[in-house]
Amino acid sequence: MPSYLEFRNHQREQYDFRWRLLAASILVLCCFGILASRFYYLQVMRYEHYQTLADNNRISIVPTVPNRGLIFDRNGVVLAHNYFVYTLEITPGKVDDLEQTIADISALVPVSKLDRKRFNKLRAENHNFISVPLRSHLTETEAARFAVHRYRFPGVEIRARLFRHYPQGTLGAHLIGYIGRINDKDIKNLTEAGDLSNYKGSDHIGKGGIEQYYERELHGVTGSQQVEIDADGHAVRVLSSVAPVAGENLILSIDSTMQKIGEEAFAGRRGALVAIDPKTGEILSYVSQPSFDPNLFVDGIDSENWKALNESLDRPLVNRPLHGVYPPGSTLKPFVALAGLEAGRREPPFSISDAGYFSLPGKTHRYRDWKPAGHGQVDMRRAITVSCDTFFYGLAHEMGIDRLTDFLQHFGFGQKTGIDIQGENGGLLPTPAWKWKRWKQPWYPGETVITGIGQGYTLVTPLQLAHATAIFANNGVAMRPHLVTSIQNNRTGISRPVKPQVMDQIALAPKHIDLVREAMVDVTRPGGTAVIVGAGSPYSIAAKTGTAQVIGIKQNEKYDEKNIAERHRDHALFIAYAPAEDPKIAVAVIVENGSHGGSTAGPIARKVMDYYLLGKLPDAQPAAAAALPAPEPIEEEHSEAHD
Amino acid sequence: MIERIYLSLSKHIDGFLMSTIILALVVGMAVLYSAGGHSVGRMQAQAINIVIALSVLWVTANVPPQHLQRLALPIYVLGLLLLVGVALFGEISNGARRWLHLGVVRIQPSEIMKIGVPMLLAWYFARHEASPRLQHHLMGALLLAVPVVLVMKQPDLGTSLLIAASGFYVLFLAGLSWRFILGVGASIAVAAPILWTMLHDYQRRRIEILFDPYQDPLGAGYHTIQATIALGSGGLAGKGWLNGTQAQLDFIPERTTDFIFAVFGEEFGMLGNILLLLLYLLIIGRGLFIAAYAQSTFGRLLAGSITMTFFTYAFVNIGMVSGILPVVGVPLPLISYGGTSLVTLMLGLGILMSIKTHKKLVSS
Repeated sequence: MPSYLEFRNHQREQYDFRWRLLAASILVLCCFGILASRFYYLQVMRYEHYQTLADNNRISIVPTVPNRGLIFDRNGVVLAHNYFVYTLEITPGKVDDLEQTIADISALVPVSKLDRKRFNKLRAENHNFISVPLRSHLTETEAARFAVHRYRFPGVEIRARLFRHYPQGTLGAHLIGYIGRINDKDIKNLTEAGDLSNYKGSDHIGKGGIEQYYERELHGVTGSQQVEIDADGHAVRVLSSVAPVAGENLILSIDSTMQKIGEEAFAGRRGALVAIDPKTGEILSYVSQPSFDPNLFVDGIDSENWKALNESLDRPLVNRPLHGVYPPGSTLKPFVALAGLEAGRREPPFSISDAGYFSLPGKTHRYRDWKPAGHGQVDMRRAITVSCDTFFYGLAHEMGIDRLTDFLQHFGFGQKTGIDIQGENGGLLPTPAWKWKRWKQPWYPGETVITGIGQGYTLVTPLQLAHATAIFANNGVAMRPHLVTSIQNNRTGISRPVKPQVMDQIALAPKHIDLVREAMVDVTRPGGTAVIVGAGSPYSIAAKTGTAQVIGIKQNEKYDEKNIAERHRDHALFIAYAPAEDPKIAVAVIVENGSHGGSTAGPIARKVMDYYLLGKLPDAQPAAAAALPAPEPIEEEHSEAHD
Repeated sequence: MIERIYLSLSKHIDGFLMSTIILALVVGMAVLYSAGGHSVGRMQAQAINIVIALSVLWVTANVPPQHLQRLALPIYVLGLLLLVGVALFGEISNGARRWLHLGVVRIQPSEIMKIGVPMLLAWYFARHEASPRLQHHLMGALLLAVPVVLVMKQPDLGTSLLIAASGFYVLFLAGLSWRFILGVGASIAVAAPILWTMLHDYQRRRIEILFDPYQDPLGAGYHTIQATIALGSGGLAGKGWLNGTQAQLDFIPERTTDFIFAVFGEEFGMLGNILLLLLYLLIIGRGLFIAAYAQSTFGRLLAGSITMTFFTYAFVNIGMVSGILPVVGVPLPLISYGGTSLVTLMLGLGILMSIKTHKKLVSS
């Protein structure tokens, strides 16, 4: 019975099929059960967790960067300001083929070789997820052209940024400093100072000079916006905001015209000049030559410029007033003289008969005077005026090194001056204890002898020398040297003056001060070592010349023969203050390899003083000055070996 | 008159199934309005998709199952040819070769196979209904494997797995022996660890990320992480229609298509999710009921397979959005935006109605 069989099969099949459907139904219910329990887990058990995540997802705190404070000179001339610039920036981590992308961008917006070099350098210095400028200063047209094609370039953005600009260029670059991109070290410092959150959104930070020292004042307080964002990070709307507080403006004691006169007076020579108002400690001029253009650093310097600046033999990046250390040479003599007088030695009418050398008792070694025949009968006043070495050899020996350095340190030698620029070098005022610690060698009496004329281990910075001169000019009252005279709140317009600060008051007998001052005034008069400086001056100048040996050549420096000769020449030093009776300005000048303090360093100081005291602009005739016949005694080098 | 037109129009429409479908479509439009950023244009486009898909449903429902049975082999062969055509001449889009240009129309042959494969297998087992043996199942598996492999090569893993599932349901419902199923399952379980050791590191990594998207939060895992945040923050009752912050703020990628459930779950919460599951259960239950009472072998196998495939779509989509299944490109049935998948779906549902409403004709 086939039909029956078929029927049975049919029924059987349907029966089996329904069992299978039941199995399938169970599968469906199980699977939906799993989904339902997953919902329970996500939406009930973990609800709060995901709620938090969703809020974080939705609301983002976006920093609003404050405008950096401006820097002005004492007359309101702008030294540093900000302006808006379009930059084209790439986040390397978001770009697949960087080379291709840059090539494609170049078709729209010109990208120079220098731009690429700078970009590569910045890229190497930054994390992959940090956006790095490829080009800055885009024109409106370029920005618009790129904007049209933006969709083609994920990870590439145009940003309007506030740019720092130093309109005076190289003028005073070392004192103003510059800002540069925040690096890992800056982040570490900010973290330690607890300031990191204030720098969210900031790309730049002060890297030197005023920009660095007054970073806190200049930067301002970062504001914030609470914004609703989508997953691409685009703000949808602002929920609330705290406005940023712009950085404060700084007014410097520098006079940019005077600064310019000082810089130009160097006429291409290397060196430094620091001028201080002795009564307040305000720094009137701060010259470091050669200089550099701080604008190069603002958005990351390219490797070519960097190499040129960094490897130049003239070392333009060295902040000479602060970091350049030189033996003070004879400029130390007025201070040694004061030390002797205050110790009750060499007071008039004491005098020596100088035969051209000094010998320690019981020794035959001769410490020679720069004038081989000697100066004849020399008292304290004349010893300073003619810069008699023999006189000071004996004085130093008699006082002993400890008493000498004890006195000198009151004038700031071997110590930081406390100027408002970071990284100051404290120079070196040697003592037997220092020598033992440093060299594990005893102090020799001969080392005391040469310390008396500013040779040996003693090292000063131009700033220290100017500071010491200012202290003396101010009758022993030490004012803290500073560049910023007032800090101006950008919003309220209210200025906080920076009050002059007395650091120390050295008890000096007026008659001793008078004696040394008169001797220093004589230096600029016929018979003195700097008669050229005093020539034709309507005000009296107290000064002292100095010469510092160039000790050895720094390693890694290769010169041709002519250069070696030039760079082996002595450094010329010069300190002065004027008017001598009522000092308004104290100056220290160092001209590297300038040979003669009186003839090369002195005239530079004179130009600066003339402008400051008389408002006189230089005649711009350095040739005429050089043509003057060299006045008789000019210092010789002190080449005596140690004992 | 109107009543007669209505009767003739609705003659082959299953009222129960139709109401649940309409309900799901309405829900879909509402979610789409929210997910699509209140875009009227997108609503219009989807409305057109729905009209076309419902027409397809109506036409299919009016085709008697016997005709469908006769069409099974030609559709399968045509689909297969088109798949080969795609492999040879297909257009590459988004890194995959899925589309084929036929003059003015651009078609995706893998969609055809979603219906073509279960139809062919149901046809095949209907021919051998008296004595389905192992060799028939092996033959069935082969007929299934060819299109699955072709689609997988495109590559379109999601669709190929769905086609494989739809074919497997036919094999299963046709009485594939439990012993065979368990045997294959066991051998996969044994072979998997051995295969695992044979893979390259990067291949393992890809599979790991497939199952644990959190290992790659900014890449493959981004969708899943954002979707689970959306779902989880929806809570028990949801944030309310149009109030889902994740959805409104663009955090959910593909939020109108494959990830639309994240928007639904965020705005309607766990209660809404359960209701949606119940709605799907009604559709699936009705489909299984139709299968159970279908009178021809072809009808019941096809109805069962279509229903279970529908279930699979829903389960895989919701599973991937809620982070328990790997992310494969599967839309949420009747809710996700998109014309092609909706038409394919309605074609299947139309077949269900055809099987349901043409029963009496068969038995008479």
